[in-house]
Amino acid sequence: MKFGVVVFPGSNCDRDMQDALQHDLNKEVIMLWHKNKSLEGLSTNDCIVLPGGFSYGDYLRCGAIARFSPMMQSVIEFANKGGKVLGVCNGFQILCESGLLPGVLLQNAHQQFVCKNIFIKNEVTGALKIPVAHGDGRYFANDNLLNELQKNNQIIFNYCDENGNINTASNPNGAARNIAGIRNKTGNVFGMMPHPERATSKTLNNIDGIKVFEYLGLN
Amino acid sequence: MIYNVQIKVMPLKDLLDPQGKAVLGGLKNLGINTVSDVRVGKHITLEINAASEAEAKTIAEEASKKLLANPVMEFFEIEMVN
Repeated sequence: MKFGVVVFPGSNCDRDMQDALQHDLNKEVIMLWHKNKSLEGLSTNDCIVLPGGFSYGDYLRCGAIARFSPMMQSVIEFANKGGKVLGVCNGFQILCESGLLPGVLLQNAHQQFVCKNIFIKNEVTGALKIPVAHGDGRYFANDNLLNELQKNNQIIFNYCDENGNINTASNPNGAARNIAGIRNKTGNVFGMMPHPERATSKTLNNIDGIKVFEYLGLN
Repeated sequence: MIYNVQIKVMPLKDLLDPQGKAVLGGLKNLGINTVSDVRVGKHITLEINAASEAEAKTIAEEASKKLLANPVMEFFEIEMVN
């Protein structure tokens, strides 16, 4: 599996993502500039990553303007054909704005930017230590949609404590039902606020991020 | 003709608005204690080149629905100025 990493004006985790994929996961990576439309070299067996950052300065709403960039039109088409797409942090916000994932990411309930290691889990991986760094990461959707996400097994990670307890104290931003990441119904589009690409190297003393890529089938 | 359109975008009423909460705290620090709630939204003005007011309004509605507001978290009101 090859990877394409989209670079928007204001992306700042694109090179981290490229480095993690190339050097820690040994993947071929193609950088995709937001003004281009071509996905040459990538097939729907590959994966496109929307990295973290502040695309278009977070103007209007996080991800709102990136959604209309030329490259995003190709990414939406790619996702609708079954190609895998992963959005991390700002990438998750862009996926929600573009309608590839349901719901929205609101300003953190405690009004602060949060930058620290937190724990996330699902039934397969157990608790993983992954860094977060965001000001607008409070996942929100109405109750009907949240129930549907749960019923369809679309919640890929919940915030938890280091022992795997999902509770209010371990929720870094006030996200509905401690949701840290979700996938679409067809299971090829993933979005998450925590940064797995910042935890793939032994030099950084944390390789839990590799387990995130493995769980998502992006390895 | 150019139509001036003003668009108000506000967070949905039952959603927590952290920015409004922070401003409320600021007002209290300022000594204004009579304000019980603050909500912060956006005021957007558009100059629209259209053949009629109705057409300008339709364009403003499309812009609001597709980009200026996100219905999952916000509502908008359009006011035609001229």
